[in-house]
Amino acid sequence: MILLFVVLFPIAAALAILLGAPARRTALWSAGITLGATLLLCLSFEGSARGGYEMVTSCAVSTDWDINFILGIDGLSLIMLLLTALVLFAAVWFTGEIAQHRNAFYACLLFIGAGAIGAFASLDLFFFYAFHELALIPTFLLIGIWGTGDRQLAAWKITIYLATGSFVLLLGLIMLYRAIPETARSFDFRVLQQSAILIPAKVQGNIFLVLLLGFGILVSLFPFHTWAPQAYASAPAPAAMLHAGVLKKFGLYGLLRLALPLLPAGAQQYNTLLIYLLLGNIIYVGLVTIAQKRLDWMLGYSSVMHMGYIFLGIASGTLVGTSGAAVLIFAHGISIALLFAIAGEVRQRAGTLVLEELGGLGKLMPQAGFAFGLAAFASIGLPGFANFAGEVMVLFGTFRNSANPEHFTIYQWATVLGLWGVVISAVYMLRAYRAVFMGSMGESVTTANDLRRGLRIPIGLLVAITLWVGFFPQTFVRLVTPTFKTYFAAKQ
Amino acid sequence: MTIVAPSLEIAVLVLGVLVLLFETFADHIDKRTFAYTAMLGLATVFLATFFLPSTATAVADTGFWSFYIDDALAIFFKRFSLVTTILVLAMMVDYAPVVRDSIHGASPQAGLGEFFALPVFTCAGLMWMASAIDFVMIFVSLELVTMSFYVLVAFMRRNAASLEAGVKYLILSALSTGFLVYGITWIFGVTGETNLARVSAALANPAIETGPALFGMLLILVALGFKIAAVPFQIWVPDVYQGAPTPVTAFLSVGSKAAGFVVLLRVLQPFLVMPRMERLLVLVALGTLIYGNLAALPQTNLKRLLAYSSIAHAGYLLIGVVCLAGEAVVYYLVAYLLMTVLSFAVLVVVAKQTGDNIEDFNGLAKRSPFLAFAMLIAMASLAGLPFTAGFLGKFYIFNAAIAHHQTTLIVVGVITVACGFYYYFKVVRAMYWEAPTGDIAVPITGLSRMLMTAMIAAIVFFGIYPQPIVNALRP
Repeated sequence: MILLFVVLFPIAAALAILLGAPARRTALWSAGITLGATLLLCLSFEGSARGGYEMVTSCAVSTDWDINFILGIDGLSLIMLLLTALVLFAAVWFTGEIAQHRNAFYACLLFIGAGAIGAFASLDLFFFYAFHELALIPTFLLIGIWGTGDRQLAAWKITIYLATGSFVLLLGLIMLYRAIPETARSFDFRVLQQSAILIPAKVQGNIFLVLLLGFGILVSLFPFHTWAPQAYASAPAPAAMLHAGVLKKFGLYGLLRLALPLLPAGAQQYNTLLIYLLLGNIIYVGLVTIAQKRLDWMLGYSSVMHMGYIFLGIASGTLVGTSGAAVLIFAHGISIALLFAIAGEVRQRAGTLVLEELGGLGKLMPQAGFAFGLAAFASIGLPGFANFAGEVMVLFGTFRNSANPEHFTIYQWATVLGLWGVVISAVYMLRAYRAVFMGSMGESVTTANDLRRGLRIPIGLLVAITLWVGFFPQTFVRLVTPTFKTYFAAKQ
Repeated sequence: MTIVAPSLEIAVLVLGVLVLLFETFADHIDKRTFAYTAMLGLATVFLATFFLPSTATAVADTGFWSFYIDDALAIFFKRFSLVTTILVLAMMVDYAPVVRDSIHGASPQAGLGEFFALPVFTCAGLMWMASAIDFVMIFVSLELVTMSFYVLVAFMRRNAASLEAGVKYLILSALSTGFLVYGITWIFGVTGETNLARVSAALANPAIETGPALFGMLLILVALGFKIAAVPFQIWVPDVYQGAPTPVTAFLSVGSKAAGFVVLLRVLQPFLVMPRMERLLVLVALGTLIYGNLAALPQTNLKRLLAYSSIAHAGYLLIGVVCLAGEAVVYYLVAYLLMTVLSFAVLVVVAKQTGDNIEDFNGLAKRSPFLAFAMLIAMASLAGLPFTAGFLGKFYIFNAAIAHHQTTLIVVGVITVACGFYYYFKVVRAMYWEAPTGDIAVPITGLSRMLMTAMIAAIVFFGIYPQPIVNALRP
């Protein structure tokens, strides 16, 4: 019941705003209520050690094709829901003055949140896909209508990339569905999990490749990443927070939820390819990030780069690594949302995000500087922040896979190169921090107010949860391991 | 009370004749009255289709029921033609001033009566064609449709572009008809039959020579390829579509194409078991997909863009035909009807004020938000964004292709879908992101607004809940 409420309430609120309810107040309240309900969900979640879905609600939509509206959560989806609710709340709060179509802006934000929540809570293939699409369309609109800079090109590019990506994904899902013998076919995740063993290994490989391509385009896997920095640079800050923080994680969630458990043989076949590609994310995109001259582009590239670690967790093939990927999804979502939020505030106040023109803002905006610093440290992966917990688990898990003191396999090499990625991200994050907040004041910026007092609440919330996960990662790990244990138990 | 299926066509024909007759003697009343009358009449016939007996009449060996069938597919396409014609007539009312300006007749309304009456005859032809299961019947109904299109395409004969379109359509269409008849003779020569069921029975006989029958089928495919605008018989499409009056273009691209596909589905059934035939169709589908989508990319005129997009959609439909996925093809046609007619309807209204180039749509969202929104939905559906009928249509088509392991078609299809996003969103970009050329709202009549709203609703409704269409196809 609570779950159904969490899924449908933001949609209802968005529609109400479109119909003329006071935009900001309704959006903020409904995001807050959604967050509250999600926390309630966390409390009432039992979390049996054997995994499995809880709070399943279902209702039939089309009997002919066996499409049902099924909702349910396990630990993994619960983390994703929590992330979505948190970032949605912060994004709505961070929304400043909107020059035109105020109501539509807030409605779009809520639709993205609702779509993401729906996709993470759906146990039916059809709705899993459809909810994600529901969230994509407002993203295009947000960038195209309210964006800055070269917003047209950015919106166009993201539309073509993501629409193609989701189409490839759709084909992959149909292939998956078709590969199961007719009598055992279903859109229901729970049934799929049972009947997926019937798919022969070779077919599994093909399906996995298509799914990896589809999900990969959505998550900006190297070399399909070029849409991301441009889109995030042009997007209004709340849209960048929601997309980079939450919606992009749909692809990773999809790989964890569908590709790994249903196609274990396929995953094994293409693991090497995935590792090569994700090293492209970590090393190549990492170096590109260092070269960026604008804060928004740098953050966009950094978010592409950090996807590499999550992919590494997915490719690690160990329980620790996979759990680390889930923790890292959450951690990265929070930290990147905070970074984009502060960058948006800086843009509003200083009027530019070119690193050379900025400087010394720490004096004018001490709070913003403090918050940005914390988020940057988190993003680098300093101990004490959630990202650290995630990255350590991922790297540790990857290193342990087929570990052999005699010689290194690809997993060990990937770990070594991945560790260098941490150094790379320290370089660009600290350089950006110095360029924006330290040093002498830039010429163009002489007066900039600090954050409004109200913003302490969302910032405090996001920082607190990163620190909490950083210091007590086991609360989260305990949630996801039962699910992942079933994956690896089936393999042995 | 029960109605027999053929009485529907007769009713439509009578309606057309009546409109034409009264029109001759009514000089002083507003000629648009006849359009409304025709729409009302067609709507009545549409309602009557729901009172047909639920089971199809058995096919007889001789007589009427040996070349006429009233199965679910036929009834469905009768409804399809009726809805298309009603929507086209509504568009024609909006378009009437353009026709009037181009004719310079004796009276201020000269020619309008025929303009409203001809689509009714076309509709009768389309409805016959849906029921045709005999080559002779197919030929006759196809001709009834084509004849009225000859006149309609060249209706604004003082306009050079329209005249050119008419001549091109006339010559090429006549040529394709020739191919059709020649093909039918070959098949008749081999099997001694014109009834489709008996042709396929005769072909199943191993003693028969399949070579000549296949040759005949090839010729028929040429003729139908012309109707559905498949590569390499698509050359006429852009010029004719651009030159013809816009409502006629919409009619041509929906009605004529749908009829072509129904006939194709019926005719191909006995032949598709031959592997050579399937390979040929795959090639045609590939060519159509690639040509239609690539040629659409650089277009700057919206009417021409829609012409190329209609070739592209013929490609997707052909994927469904190759896989013999009747349901998928039919659903796609319905989606195609809704989104194409909607985009043409907006085009008619907007072009009256500015023009039919894409740049004439600049900033439409600021001038007329409703029209821009309608066009947005149409373009989103044509591109295949989820929650629209166009998306589910592609879903079914690709679903069938995956089931039949048509890997090449799938790969090429995905690439062309990406192309589609590019050129359809060009229109959206113009409407929403470019600065408007003027700030005068485009005037729109209440009827058009109502019908557009209905089409938007239908696109979204069928995009979420396709069950009604699937149910309608099952007896």
